[in-house]
Amino acid sequence: MKVTFKIWRQDNPNSDGSFKSYELDNLTEDMSFLEALDQLNEELVLKDEKVIAYEYDCREGICGQCGVFINGRAHGPHANMTTCQLHMRSFQDGDTITVEPWRAKAFPIIKDLVVDRSAFDRIIEAGAYISSKTGTAPEANAIPIPKSVADKAMDAAACIGCGACVATCKNSSAVLFTSAKIIHFNNLPQGKAEAKDRLQQMTYQMDLEGFGNCTNTGACEVECPEGISIKNIAELNSSWIKSMF
Amino acid sequence: MKTILNTKVPEGPLEKKWSNYQLNSQLINPANKKKLNVIVVGSGLSGAGAAATLAELGYDVKCFCYQDSARRAHSVAAQGGINAAKNYQHDGDSVYRMFYDTLKGGDFRSREANTYRLAELSAPLIDHFVQQGVPFAREYGGTLVNRSFGGVQVQRTFYARGQTGQQLLLAAYSQLYKMIKAKKVQMYTRSEMMDLVVINGKAKGIIVRNLVSGELERYAADAVVLATGGYSRVFRLSTLAIGCNGSAIWKAHKKGAFFAAPSFTQIHPTALPQSSEAQSKLTLMSESLRNDGRIWVPKQKGDKRLPKDIPESERDYYLERRYPSFGNLAPRDIASRAAKERIDTGFGVGRLKNAVYLDFKHAIEKFGLDTIKDRYGNLFKMYHKITGIDAYTTPMLISPAAHFSMGGLWVDYELMTTVPGLYAVGECNFSDHGANRLGANSLLQASVDGYFILPNTINNYLANEIKSDHPSTDHPEFDNAEKSTRAHIKNILSVNGTKTVDHFHRELGKIMWNECAMSRTKEGLEKAIVQIKQLKEDFWTDVKVTGDSNEMNTELEKAYRLADFIELGILMCTDALQRDESCGAHFREEFQTKDGEAMRVDDDYAYVSAWEYDNGNFNLHKEELEFQFVTPTVRSYK
Repeated sequence: MKVTFKIWRQDNPNSDGSFKSYELDNLTEDMSFLEALDQLNEELVLKDEKVIAYEYDCREGICGQCGVFINGRAHGPHANMTTCQLHMRSFQDGDTITVEPWRAKAFPIIKDLVVDRSAFDRIIEAGAYISSKTGTAPEANAIPIPKSVADKAMDAAACIGCGACVATCKNSSAVLFTSAKIIHFNNLPQGKAEAKDRLQQMTYQMDLEGFGNCTNTGACEVECPEGISIKNIAELNSSWIKSMF
Repeated sequence: MKTILNTKVPEGPLEKKWSNYQLNSQLINPANKKKLNVIVVGSGLSGAGAAATLAELGYDVKCFCYQDSARRAHSVAAQGGINAAKNYQHDGDSVYRMFYDTLKGGDFRSREANTYRLAELSAPLIDHFVQQGVPFAREYGGTLVNRSFGGVQVQRTFYARGQTGQQLLLAAYSQLYKMIKAKKVQMYTRSEMMDLVVINGKAKGIIVRNLVSGELERYAADAVVLATGGYSRVFRLSTLAIGCNGSAIWKAHKKGAFFAAPSFTQIHPTALPQSSEAQSKLTLMSESLRNDGRIWVPKQKGDKRLPKDIPESERDYYLERRYPSFGNLAPRDIASRAAKERIDTGFGVGRLKNAVYLDFKHAIEKFGLDTIKDRYGNLFKMYHKITGIDAYTTPMLISPAAHFSMGGLWVDYELMTTVPGLYAVGECNFSDHGANRLGANSLLQASVDGYFILPNTINNYLANEIKSDHPSTDHPEFDNAEKSTRAHIKNILSVNGTKTVDHFHRELGKIMWNECAMSRTKEGLEKAIVQIKQLKEDFWTDVKVTGDSNEMNTELEKAYRLADFIELGILMCTDALQRDESCGAHFREEFQTKDGEAMRVDDDYAYVSAWEYDNGNFNLHKEELEFQFVTPTVRSYK
């Protein structure tokens, strides 16, 4: 199959970017979207041009490093999928595919399609941990955790930190990301001791990084590759209010 | 050649060795720990675990990773679980049984004392992760659940859905960021180690390339810990992340660290098959699927019917047929070879006839759809996303793929390499798995190395470093290392040939896959060495990399990683060639039994090969394996 890629090119954080079009032939439907970009990059090298910078690592939907806007949607045309899981069979022969980086104030562009998501790391740093040192743990079965509680924690903990929730949100809000981590820890018995501090410090840091507020559009859970539910946001809001008293 | 390898295995009975070691090792008082700097390269389960724990102990730590965040490290992709000898299932498990299973699974090519310690520290590790908030699977009553994995007849695997690696890594990442907040760890993301700096024979620092600016940076420390993972991307197509590379350990090897058993590479039996030449990655489907899925191919060669139209009587459940006592849970090396045998003899299925079926029909009939969804839901979802096929109604297509490196830098009982002050933890070392790793032992080894072992052995070295001068980045050895890195990069950029880096990587991958993967021959390996040497020459005269060194340049990154893979490929083939036996994943066709099983030659090859780099050549040293507590037997899973 043959497609035209319209791709955002930007040399560095301070330069002006623009879209550039590239025609690409000899693609097959079972190629992944990123493999199509790989092929484009090989062609660029042979034409003596600089390659397009884009991110990926595991290419199996779990590391969270890939992520671009494809035809106006985070991670492409399907719901709940990473960019690396997208395959060319989702496009038609002759399509023009527009590829942009995540656009959010808190995710500045580094180069082409690569953005800086270290704001997420700083939200984690603000309190997403249990302050026990290595070597201090009690016997694992000493504290029973009901299956429903463990399952709920796992649902929230599945977040891969890709940033699609922020990218797709009209407010560039990071509340889905932040709430998932807080709910994961705060519902487990091990996490309860620091629940209030964690909640306040992580949400404070989230604001500090320049993410917008949540207006409950629910766009984030549509694009989240792990299908993290906005119920986490509701629960965060309710415990945030309670934490004021 | 006479061995010069000192394993430092402590005296005493197996179960006392680790406690004896700790009792006799040197301690450092907390005030002095603050003055000691440790560099950790890699932020996966072993790297992040080590960095966080060393910082908790009071050391000043710097941690480096090439990804944009520590949370991306490829430990994240491990699916199935982590083993521990808790005996929660009351099924006869014990530390000794786990030790024996691991030693046997590795076909008696690992060190008894290390393997025992791995099993011994497994139980407290589960305690640790539960305390760190890992949402392991639970029974309704709230206790932890276990399942089985290959090569084992007890249930000792703990898991968090099909995302166990992700959950453990995120726990380590959280703990790491806790220590970053405490200002005890400095984290350097998008930073790649380019060389090791050795001063007066000791590891004292690294040269790092900032992957955003392209600048070279110098970092000095009292000890350097490599936690850089496996090197199976040497095959190009593998289950590894695209960025995984062998460069850090290869640079260390060139600076004096011996490389042990480089050819011991695990080919995983259940990955998605290759579908095109352009493919960049073979996605793994967790081994845990073999708990309930049954593997088969049609009995008739080239059967064109859909799987659902092939009646039971015309299906060959070849693992159950060949290995009745372990069946679909035969160890990975055996399951992979059995699949290869069926595919090579023309029974393969799928469009390219390069796969076998993994079928859940019976499991769904027996346990119900909901139970199977609960156990493997996310894996089926992943399969659907990648292939567009619903595996609840039609069997999965799976095929063997390069996966885990049992080989790695040679380390002693303290996890120190042959360069004093240089440690290797996790997959990048050769320590516990012998010639084949058992499923769910990888997360275990990475974690135990990083959290429990290294933080209790590094003090034995650092206690003496307090007295010596702290290294300075002005030392001439830093100048030399930076200069040679700069020249290396310049050389790559100045070739300006006609072929892309990926072209050479595909070529290397083909050679390695054909001659140094599941099945090896003397003739094939000799041919491969000649071909790779030629490929190396072609690379250095005909590669083309665009862009500059002083900017983000992903093509350049690929190029310098591949340059190291090419050299490593030569060593892997050299290692496979010298081992005139079959053991675990190392299967030499000349050494097999009548039924096609591996034939070990214990009299001549019960050693760990440890290669010394010598100006482009490799000298073999041998660590003779002494089996004091266990008598190696013929490994049988029949």
